[in-house]
Amino acid sequence: MFVGVMKDSRTTGSLLLDKVAHGYNGLQVIQEVNLAVEPGELVVLVGPSGCGKTTLLNLLSGFLTPVSGTVRTEGLVRTVYQQDGLFPWLTVAENIGMGLRGVADKARREQELRELLELIHLERFRDHYPHQLSGGMRQRVELARVVAGDSDILLMDEPFSALDYQTRIRMRQELGQLLEKRPRTVVFVTHDIEEAAVLADRVLVLSQRPTRIVRELSVHAPRPRNPTDDVVVEASRAILEELGLQVHR
Amino acid sequence: MKKVIPGLLVFIVALFIWWLACKTGFFPAYALPSPGEVLLSFKEEFRAGRLVNDVVASLWRVFVGYYVAAFLAIPMGLWLGRHRRVRSALLPMLNFFRFLSPLAWIPFAILWFHIGDKPAFFLIFMSTFFPLVLTVMSAVATIPSIYFRVAHDYKYTGWELLTKVTFPAVLPQLITGLRVTYGIAWVVIVAAEMVGCQDGLGYGIWEARNGLRLDSAVCYMIVIGLIGMGIDRILYQFTKLSNVRWGYER
Repeated sequence: MFVGVMKDSRTTGSLLLDKVAHGYNGLQVIQEVNLAVEPGELVVLVGPSGCGKTTLLNLLSGFLTPVSGTVRTEGLVRTVYQQDGLFPWLTVAENIGMGLRGVADKARREQELRELLELIHLERFRDHYPHQLSGGMRQRVELARVVAGDSDILLMDEPFSALDYQTRIRMRQELGQLLEKRPRTVVFVTHDIEEAAVLADRVLVLSQRPTRIVRELSVHAPRPRNPTDDVVVEASRAILEELGLQVHR
Repeated sequence: MKKVIPGLLVFIVALFIWWLACKTGFFPAYALPSPGEVLLSFKEEFRAGRLVNDVVASLWRVFVGYYVAAFLAIPMGLWLGRHRRVRSALLPMLNFFRFLSPLAWIPFAILWFHIGDKPAFFLIFMSTFFPLVLTVMSAVATIPSIYFRVAHDYKYTGWELLTKVTFPAVLPQLITGLRVTYGIAWVVIVAAEMVGCQDGLGYGIWEARNGLRLDSAVCYMIVIGLIGMGIDRILYQFTKLSNVRWGYER
């Protein structure tokens, strides 16, 4: 059991990749990635499929150790997966409660839980089990669980890509609202260009394997953003261009 | 109620066919007792108190043998499931014993434990321990790795990892495994009691055979079947627990 302090408005998590390279059995997956993520920043990694995005996240979470280079994370790291990351034998409240394990005071824990359930609009589902919820609801529970308690850094591995388009749009909005109330440092991996442009403070475009960062792009606009906002369209165009997907007429 | 009716109907038809087979002389009376004779035999056995005594004796033997097997097999399966090296070392031996009919142990059971409860405990243990270890072990080995990654994120380690992640993750399969192996135990007890005991349901059937009292044998068979079903119904109730429903609904 770990003891930590509750974080409300300040964030401390920072993240540094210094000349990180990785590969499996002679196949180089990550060439040389340098990346510094500031506390409270939302960085989106976008790239072609099979470009080693997940490998990069595994390096960040400490699940893998890089062949060369160093990974430094400051703060408690938690990951949101594409799907099925909730424990099916625990209710919604119990799953979110996992994130509150570091909170020693019981009353405080209960209050936190209530606030989080309200934030994701699932108050009425606190005693439901994951298999009784829709895909979107389950991902909302995952979001509540990772921001619960004293997490600092959130890694998101295509968290919305298993959802239908409309649910996905809503989930992006919810994530924005959640981060406003509970700021965290976020590294978000996706293949969805629009998603990158809607959510990111900074977008990093990755190349085909062996992966490196080919373009860095800041999006200066407050969240929530619409897919149709000018900054978003502008950023999407730049990303498409970089990936060689923009059609020139 | 509606769910019971078809089953009841089949039962009545089967009973009727049995009665008809006896009535028409298709089976001679010495080869197949009629429903009426069995009913009379039931009365007799109850009055003598032998049937109840035999039921209690059998239940006790299955309970002890099965309880010890489960008590050892579940922790062992949980442990083996998480250790690939030990697992691959022990797997051939576990499989060997699983396919060895428990009845093959009868000579040793009697030599080592003589006559009474003990050889029955031993045979029940030998017949249920190995399949149960294998069930739990393979259930643990196939837990999606994502659960362990999540557990790592939320600082579950050691004992907590075992009791709050590994165990609940295999519980639905464990319950199914317990139902299946209990079925094996109940089948084996009859054979075990035919040779190693002086009472019990299996011994009752053996006695009936020796006395050419087939009506009594059928009466014992009915009791064995009904108790087996009854206990399975009780074990089935565990699948209705709210924290294992997920395992049966996807």
